[in-house]
Amino acid sequence: MAILETQELTYIYSEGSPFQKTAVDNVNLKIDEGEMVGVMGHTGSGKSTLIQHFNGLLKPTSGRVLLDGEDIWADKKKIRDVRFKVGLVFQYPEYQIFEETVYKDIAFGPKNMGLDEAEIKRRILETAHDLGLKEELLERSPFELSGGQKRRVAIAGVMAMNPRVLILDEPTAGLDPAGRDKILGHIKKYHERTKNTILIVSHSMEDIAGFADRILVMNKSKLFCYDETEKVFARAEEISKIGLDVPQVTKVFMKLKEQGLDFGKDVYTVEYAKKLLLKKLSERGGV
Amino acid sequence: MLKDITIGQYFPGDSIIHRLDPRFKIVITLIYILMLFAGDSIICLGVGAVFTLFAIILSKIPLKMFLKSIKPLLPFLVLTAVFNLVFVKSGEVIFEWKFIEITDEAVSISIFMFVRIILLIMGSSLLTYTTSPITLTDAIERLLSPLKKLKLPVHELAMMMSIALRFIPTLIEETEKIMSAQKARGAEIDSGSFMTRARNMVAILVPLFISSFRRADELATAMECRCYRGGEGRTRLRQLRSAPRDYIALAVSLVFYGVNIAVGIIVK
Amino acid sequence: MENIIEIKNLCFSYPADEDETPVQVLNNISLEIKEGEFMAVLGHNGSGKSTLAKHINGILLPTSGTVTVDGISTADEEKIFDLRCRAGMVFQNPDNQIVSSVVEEDVAFALENLGVPYEEMRKRVDDALKDVNMYEYRNHSPAQLSGGQKQRIAIAGIIAMKPKCIILDEPTAMLDPQGRKEVMSVIKRMNREYGITIVLITHYMDEAAQCNRVVVMDKGNIILDDTPKAVFSHVEQVKAIGLDVPQATELAWELRKAGYDIPQGIITEDECAEAIKRLFERE
Repeated sequence: MAILETQELTYIYSEGSPFQKTAVDNVNLKIDEGEMVGVMGHTGSGKSTLIQHFNGLLKPTSGRVLLDGEDIWADKKKIRDVRFKVGLVFQYPEYQIFEETVYKDIAFGPKNMGLDEAEIKRRILETAHDLGLKEELLERSPFELSGGQKRRVAIAGVMAMNPRVLILDEPTAGLDPAGRDKILGHIKKYHERTKNTILIVSHSMEDIAGFADRILVMNKSKLFCYDETEKVFARAEEISKIGLDVPQVTKVFMKLKEQGLDFGKDVYTVEYAKKLLLKKLSERGGV
Repeated sequence: MLKDITIGQYFPGDSIIHRLDPRFKIVITLIYILMLFAGDSIICLGVGAVFTLFAIILSKIPLKMFLKSIKPLLPFLVLTAVFNLVFVKSGEVIFEWKFIEITDEAVSISIFMFVRIILLIMGSSLLTYTTSPITLTDAIERLLSPLKKLKLPVHELAMMMSIALRFIPTLIEETEKIMSAQKARGAEIDSGSFMTRARNMVAILVPLFISSFRRADELATAMECRCYRGGEGRTRLRQLRSAPRDYIALAVSLVFYGVNIAVGIIVK
Repeated sequence: MENIIEIKNLCFSYPADEDETPVQVLNNISLEIKEGEFMAVLGHNGSGKSTLAKHINGILLPTSGTVTVDGISTADEEKIFDLRCRAGMVFQNPDNQIVSSVVEEDVAFALENLGVPYEEMRKRVDDALKDVNMYEYRNHSPAQLSGGQKQRIAIAGIIAMKPKCIILDEPTAMLDPQGRKEVMSVIKRMNREYGITIVLITHYMDEAAQCNRVVVMDKGNIILDDTPKAVFSHVEQVKAIGLDVPQATELAWELRKAGYDIPQGIITEDECAEAIKRLFERE
């Protein structure tokens, strides 16, 4: 059953002015409950505009956004409830932190939902655990923390609302490889525990390749493709033509194919490449 | 959207007014203001109006834009006119109703003031419409540079102004982003009780301040790396050169000013 | 080739509060960088790489040890502006280093500060803008530009000073892949065409792979200093300090670990594909 659906979704910026621009052009898609979706597209492809429609921060110029089969704009007054059901973590979310303690900052969202103190506390402890934030950190000022920790606090602030769909806009931007792996690992853990639907926007296919069930690619305001990860990577050539980077290991296998060594499979992680090659090599007879 | 606010209301163009040396434009605007306040007859204002219209036509900016600049001040203007009408008691009474008496002089004074302020707004709008904020800052710095001798921090003030102008779009964008982020956490910004809204303003202002301080700090380092050491010995890429047209423009406005004073004396 | 940057026994710690012990950020670092070199400094956040960068043009001064650039000590207050003209610096956040609301005026900023006469300034600004392929944007406002374009403007502002070396502190960390490519290609061209020494602080291994020399830092120490090929052949060590190696290197390393005969020093996809092909041909 689709949890999120768009029907002929179109969004035009500054309509009627000389700066008019169609940012999202007739997008139709269905996202199933519990899936982990990678969202890709280069800057200006419309992906950021698209995700801001999922929680009602932007209102479609035409078309509809359905959450559980219901138009989120059917009753304008209920749009705030939609934001609790579809959580959105912006790029560089650490810049939205404002409270004196980590605990209070994470509590901001749950408090706005009108939850009671006990429930808020339970959720904060849970999400802090998911994100690897130690309990003693909760009473510290968020501004004393390291960059990576701050980002995790900000993500926790949205996770603690326990949204059925969690959207993260480039959660690893600007982090070093260790910080990146840490955050992606925590998100994965959260996904395993809650089984909530997750959308991760990223420029890096290498990041997404490891764990997305499906990949959505936006190009020039249009939906370029939305399909299972393997099927999307099978189109690696097309994808690199629209200016997105495919993982280096995929490029290695593209080269091999060009040179007549076709493994008949689409490879997009080093782990898989290793398994595949070792299997093929041993089939051919030992070291 | 916040982005639609254009600070300084500059309309890029290539008219003769746009091309005038901004220093001359400022001086001419000052003369123009003096002219409006020097004469006190309707004819003097007429001369001012002709001058304004003449300049607006040369600027090739639609008259509509000037009327737009008056619009927000209209209630204030009407109110002033009404006060003048009711409270000026000199002259002959031409209208009487209950306790309200309106004299002929009150009518002429209110019209006079009304037109004078409108001309004032239109004239100064012409300056900001045809001069980019950064050029304006630059011209002010140069006009005021003699005051450096009096130890006034003219360069520093101008530098602050131009950095402020540079960062306005950046901070507007940032504010929008923070607002969206807090809305996504269920903050009510345009609805809800006064207390919740005030609380939610904190959620926007605190991050905005923190990031502004961070930006200021980084910008200061970057400026140091590019050898910034105050106004001493600086040269400029932007060259303000006065051309014959600037002197002609100044002469024309002085002629208008002269005519205005002459008319004032003759009428008396 | 002459050394352009010489760092000798550099130690640095931030001044601590009374009751705290100061944290040593840089730990007795010695490094010589030759004129015309294109060097990457790799390290995770907090490894001290940015602190090192800030020492090269005298924004930070050593607690002990010396840093000299083109023979000028960074501690020599009299020559600080000479130093900063020779060693220009580009920072991570493109928005926070652009001073003016007009592109060409921003590029001119350093020259204005140095009191360069108008005619020469005009020429140097135009040349610098052409060098970074931003000449047609000279009258734009930076607010209308993309991150990659803004970063190129920042680089032009430095190039206009005609520096001997440029230190770039994670210049691509906030950019999208397109912007990263633009910036890298400009940096490489400056190095190739003008022989400007480049010190590129980064945590992207694919950028480091494009340099002639890679220095890897961890906890305030230099732990590796070699060609990219040699550095990335230490796969385990590099991964252990929280950095990546190129996927091609990692795959080759995995295969070698499994006992297959694959040469060391593979960093590009071509090299990797070639090695795998040979493996299959041999069997």
